[in-house]
Formats: sequence, structure tokens, C-alpha cells
Amino acid sequence: MTELAGMPVLEAAQGAKDQHMVINMGPQHPATHGVLRLVLEIDGEIIVRIYPEIGYLHTGIEKTCEAKFYQQVIPLTDRVNYLDPLSNNLCYCLAVEKLLSLEAPEKAQWIRVLLTELSRLNSHLIWLGTHAMDIGALTVFLYTFREREDILRLFEAVAGQRMMTSYFRIGGLSMEPPLDFFDRVQAFIRTFPEKIDEYSNLLTGNPIFRNRLKGVGILSAADAIALGVTGPPLRASGVDFDLRRDMPYSSYERFQFKVPVSTDCDCWARYLVRLEEMRESVKIIQQALDGMPEGPVKADAPKIVLPDREKMKTQMEALIHHFKIVTEGFAVPAGEVYQGIEAGHGQTGYYVVSDGTAKPYRVHMRYPSFATLQALETMCKGRMLADLVAVIGSIDIVLGEIDR
Amino acid sequence: MGNSVKNTFIGRAAVLDGLPEHPAVKAILAWNPQALTDAKFDRDELTLTIAADEIRAAAAMVQAAGYNFFEDMTAVDWFPSSPRFQLSYHILSHAYKERIRLRVLLDCESPSVASITPLWPAANFYEREVFDLFGITFNEHPNLRRIMMPDDWQGHPLRKDYPVEGYR
Repeated sequence: MTELAGMPVLEAAQGAKDQHMVINMGPQHPATHGVLRLVLEIDGEIIVRIYPEIGYLHTGIEKTCEAKFYQQVIPLTDRVNYLDPLSNNLCYCLAVEKLLSLEAPEKAQWIRVLLTELSRLNSHLIWLGTHAMDIGALTVFLYTFREREDILRLFEAVAGQRMMTSYFRIGGLSMEPPLDFFDRVQAFIRTFPEKIDEYSNLLTGNPIFRNRLKGVGILSAADAIALGVTGPPLRASGVDFDLRRDMPYSSYERFQFKVPVSTDCDCWARYLVRLEEMRESVKIIQQALDGMPEGPVKADAPKIVLPDREKMKTQMEALIHHFKIVTEGFAVPAGEVYQGIEAGHGQTGYYVVSDGTAKPYRVHMRYPSFATLQALETMCKGRMLADLVAVIGSIDIVLGEIDR
Repeated sequence: MGNSVKNTFIGRAAVLDGLPEHPAVKAILAWNPQALTDAKFDRDELTLTIAADEIRAAAAMVQAAGYNFFEDMTAVDWFPSSPRFQLSYHILSHAYKERIRLRVLLDCESPSVASITPLWPAANFYEREVFDLFGITFNEHPNLRRIMMPDDWQGHPLRKDYPVEGYR
């Protein structure tokens, strides 16, 4: 049986002591948030080893990007992390803009910040609902999805799509947001902090929830850095680092916000950090609404940015540009760039290599869950099997971005 | 981004001239100047090309110099040019709030390079991914198996000579 190449499962079973059992969790397990398969070596109910087996959602999206024009890659990026679509759009657009040495207009940058923060709220709401559901608090899921629905309606208003937004373009946005959009965001933001209190009331004082999370899934700061953990789990381990503040992009340097940090290193700390992040996101959105600059939402680069519909129908020049961009794409200067942003789950990064043609030579996507998954064993080793579900919930992984 | 003054240095001499005080450059020069074969500073990103057999030692040097966080690692296939493969390591410093790129060029049909997983356990999955999709072997990697594709898969999909259509 051990002759089969690449079967860690059986090797683990052989090398283990007689009383260790190897069991399979997933890929269709409801608590794995997608199609994660874990091969667990357990001693009674104590976890000895964890072997994550990933790749069930692998679609070769990086290979697909190489066959598309630069602007055609944007819809693909939504599908990688489908819970935080606008962060993906933003990261890709910023990377290509860096290659082109093109900067989006101020208003576009501010709307990007506003929508990315809404996207972060969306992602955190799904995390909170499903995490609480894994622990057994089913009610919270219904509450968070109520607010998530409001956010999806806002996305639909700007992009025409609820989940696969593809709203950002290289050089700005696809179009102006509708007239009442900012009022609708304002109405949502006005009531949202009360909603966070509501979730907190349901969970923070709940002794079952508290006992399931406190002291569970300990990840020290040194381990978190060594294992490449980013985002809320990194900050819950006491490392005060947030790309929005420390290496700002898209005018984040003009916003005031706190970066919640905890030194407790457990699942409870991750819960509190994310809850606090939601409150900070609300503040950022409020600042974006208050200080929203006037001006265009697309850069003045006719060979890269599609012209307005009106111009296209009245000006020959614009029509030619439109035709050229759609049929031939636009050439991007040769070079390589890496753009990192702080998405809802952690640090997302796009590494784009151009050979000077209209199609990217190579697009590599660094997604936070891929690295964070490696820390799972460190967090669960020597703990009870039931804690594993709490830990998977607390690191908030998305399988789409792990497998890509 | 942000700074209006953007310098560009292309080539080893230009970078050594333009950024003599850069901690990563200093650390590598102090250790082994021969290991640094090329360098560039372009679009606010520093790229240091390291001789292929020195990558683990060079990574240990920049790690000691304050570049503490392994962020990303991948490969680029320049088929049919030579050297064919390029490995790009993106290393972040929490203290300097800055990122550098270490670059390694590899040739031949079955390239191999030292694994940096002993330095950063985070590189484990990344090296497996490059092994799976590009067919580059990482020596002394603890568990070098395919990660995305099935274990019995033939070929390496992200290579440029891998067919994207037709029957397999």
C-alpha cells in the first residue's frame, strides 16, 4: 500500500504509534468553509499531526490570466476570493497601474477606499456568522447575513453585480456611482455600529462561546511571522502591522484609523480584533463620505482607459481608442511589480510580470489564507479535536484563494 | 507609491552607487559580494539577483538584516530564452516597512535550488506550489509533493510550453 507515490496518509499511519488513528476531515465537511481536506493523526481525541490536502478548487487562474488582455483579468480576480471581491480588483489594478506609472484620480482612489472597506465588512460579516455557527450559535448567522445583504445591495448599485463586482478599472473606476449612492452608504453606516453591538451582545458575554475560544488555538508572534500569517490573526498574536497604515496605497495615508492589536494570541483575541476592525472600517467609510473629493473617476489616459459612451459616439478619436483597446488591448511597459494590500483576510499581493505586450506574461497572486493554513498544525497540536473547528473558523480561510 | 521623486537604478553598479546604505544591500555585500550578480531599483522596488547556489545563505543574511517576513515566492518561465526560469522571493521588513525581491535565475530542463523552508517555514507551501506547477526541485524541502494538481499528474501546467488546449 505504501508504494503509491505521494500518499502521506498511509505513510503517517505507518510511522505513527499503534494507538494513533488517521482520520479524514473534509473535503465536504460543513465546518471547513469550502472544500478543505485535512488528514488528521489523532491519539484518542488529541491531535498529533495535521496534513492539509488542498487543490480541490484549483482552476489554474494564473495560467488563464496569461491568455487575457490586462483589462480582461479584472473579472477573474473577483472569483479568487469571492467574499472580498473589491480588494482583489483593487490589488490587481494597483499593480498594473504601477507598471504603467499611471495614477487613478483622487476621487477614484477615495471611492476605492470606501468600497474596499465595505468589502472588508462583508468579509468579516461572513466570518462572524459562519464562525459562530461552527461553535453552535446559529442565530448570529441570520443577523450578520441581514447586514451583508445591505452591503451586497450597495455593490449592486455601483457595479450591477452583487458578488462578482469587477468595478475597478485600470486607471480608475468603470463608471461614476449612481446619484444617491453616498446617501445610501451613509444610511447604512449610521445604523451599522449598533448592529456590531448587537452581535457583540449575542456572543461576547455568551459563556459557551467564550469557553470554546479562550485559550484555544494559541499562535505566538514568532510562530505567526515564521509561518507567514497576516491580517487579523497576525495582529491578534501581538504583531502591530497593517499595510493600510504602514505601507499605504490608494490614499489610505489620508485616513485616521486605529489598528486593533491583541497579545492574547488565541481564538478569542482574533474574534475581538476582527470585531474592532469592523468598527474602524465604519470610521474610514465615514471619513471617505465626509471628505469625498470632486473630479473625474477615470484617469486621463485615452489609450488605456475606455472613453465615455457619449464621447465615443460623437468623437472619431474616442471611437478609434475604444476600438483599439477592446480589440488589441494596450501595451504595458516591460518590467515586474509586486503590489501588496491589506484585504479582509490579510495581506493580498499581486506579482505582475510584463514583457511589453498587451497580455500579462505572468500574474502571481499571493493570498493570505494559503499561508495562514500552514499555521493550523501549530495552533492545534496537542489540543482536542473539537477545538480544530473553532480554530478553522477563527483563521477565516477562503478555499477559493488557497487553491486559485 | 506616494513619493514624487522616483529614482531608477538599473544594474549592479548603479544600485551599489545609488543605494549604498540600503540594509539588505549592505548585508549581502558584507557577507559575499560575489553572490550578488545583478540588481535593479525600479518602480520603488529593489530586486537583488543572487547566484543560484547561494540563495539560502543570502536569504539568511537579509533575514538577519531585518527583513523578517517571508511574503511570497513564485517562478517565471522565460521559455524559450535562457536562463529559462526565474524565482522571485518577496521579503518584507516589519521594521523598515519595506519589501525587497530576491531573484534567482535557473537553467536546464530539471532545475533545482536550495529550499528556504528551514529559514521560513512559511515557504513550505510556496515551494511545493512552484515544484508542482513549474517542476523546479527544492533541495532539503521537508515534504516536496504536488500541492495543487493530483499526485499522478503529468507535466507542469505553468510552464510556457505546457499546452493550454487539446487533449492531454
